[in-house]
Amino acid sequence: MSRGRTWFEALAGTPGEDEPASVLCADGSVGGEHARFLAVVPNPSARFSRALGGELGLEEGWALARYVREVVADRGGRALVSVVDVPGQPYGYREELLGLHLALAAAVDAYATARLAGHPVVALVVGQAISGAFLAHGMQAERILALEAPGVAVQVMSKRSTARVTRRTVEELDDISREVPATAYDIASFSRLGALHRLIEGVNADEPDAEGVEAVRGALAEAISSARGDGAADLSSRLASPEARKNRGASLRVRERLTEEWDE
Amino acid sequence: MTVPTRIKTRFTELSARERAIALLDSGTSRELIGPFERLESPHLEPQGVVPACDDGVVVARGELGGERAVVLAVEGLFQGGSIGEVSGSKIAGALELALRDAEGGKPVRPVLLLETGGIRLQEANLGLLAVAEIHAAIVALRSYVPVVCVVAGMVGCFGGMAIAAGLCTCVVMTREGRLGLNGPQVIEQEAGVAELDSDDRRLVWETIGGEQRVATGFADILVEDDVAAIYGALRNAFGAGVPAEHRSEQVGRYEARLAGIDVSEHLDGQALRARWESR
Repeated sequence: MSRGRTWFEALAGTPGEDEPASVLCADGSVGGEHARFLAVVPNPSARFSRALGGELGLEEGWALARYVREVVADRGGRALVSVVDVPGQPYGYREELLGLHLALAAAVDAYATARLAGHPVVALVVGQAISGAFLAHGMQAERILALEAPGVAVQVMSKRSTARVTRRTVEELDDISREVPATAYDIASFSRLGALHRLIEGVNADEPDAEGVEAVRGALAEAISSARGDGAADLSSRLASPEARKNRGASLRVRERLTEEWDE
Repeated sequence: MTVPTRIKTRFTELSARERAIALLDSGTSRELIGPFERLESPHLEPQGVVPACDDGVVVARGELGGERAVVLAVEGLFQGGSIGEVSGSKIAGALELALRDAEGGKPVRPVLLLETGGIRLQEANLGLLAVAEIHAAIVALRSYVPVVCVVAGMVGCFGGMAIAAGLCTCVVMTREGRLGLNGPQVIEQEAGVAELDSDDRRLVWETIGGEQRVATGFADILVEDDVAAIYGALRNAFGAGVPAEHRSEQVGRYEARLAGIDVSEHLDGQALRARWESR
């Protein structure tokens, strides 16, 4: 069972049987708050054959958008929780022809729209969070949580693909990542960039016990309440963190200069 | 009386800086964080890459059709137009200021000139964060003012910035422009030449080229590679105002379209046009 499904079922119970089977959706609660849980999981009988292994493809992007927009439409202010374990986007001819970029944009749009409409949007990274798939399912969240566990990784391309594209060996990439943390895959390196609300330690990501699930529930409840308590509906908290002040200096400097020079 | 003749200027022969200036009303442009400020990427030199003094993105304020505007032009010749921490923050930060102004009742017309392969691999997660911030700003901003992008040159628009294009109110393309999530070479490398032969130019353009994208509704305006034509397209796009529903909000429409695709059949660009154009 994929980590995405493991955590989805641990937190939200059994998903509905809607199509596509690769997108799990269930309504539940966390810390007394109603929440909709969403995950993308492998589906060996997916209609589009390049997205069998949990990739976020055409049907997945549009389905996420639909499920998120349902929450916005019923105006209940429900929270959204994205369980993130996505190996990336599918690489395929048909995918490009049919507008994969737009399918991913639809999911980005829906999550951002929900956040702007005041819904707490929280992402929980339990496995891989790679590239366009993470942009579409997780990166628009106001609060990102992640398990501090082996195999939890954030990157813009899988290590194998990056090695091929940059014509480097995996060992060379590992050497570079020690110098440049932004190119590393492990979640501890990502956390140094200041975009994580919290890194959850001491939980078994593959086979969580009841205590581990409770710890994660507690962290989700805190994140939802923190998102509700914060007046901002944008992503500004990422740049306000102490880690960002240290390791995203250029992001802050560019914004300072732009603000100074914006009006003549 | 003599009628002034407009000399055709090929848009794609201009640098990013020249493109930004050319699309703003004559004499109104002003660059922010210009090259002499030397705000370059701090991450490239340690990896043996020579940085650029503007990190490959030009931010220009001015007027477009007499209204306040900001043009964000990516230089495709620098590192494939890739988005790093500085270049990405220039775009995100400018869109955030345009949002602040729009919320204050002083809308600014935002134009993105996208010649980009997507996130810069050398800056990796810093680029990923910047691109997510660009996405967030476009969605917030476009409810006040159209956000318009132009994909004109041979670099095309891919990766996280293709998602950004998908969020825009209006996508302007030339025939030479390409718009897609994964570039053809990456698809061939990852899925094999049988999936897509990236050297087959006709096939590539019939899949993700400007004419195909406009015909199938993934882009809005097809233009000649000409400054005046693109300027005119931008004026039309802003003149049309904010639509009731943006393309990336049309979930029912696109889910129905996908459901109508028979995945057991070969599907090519022509067949898709025949199917979707007639609707």
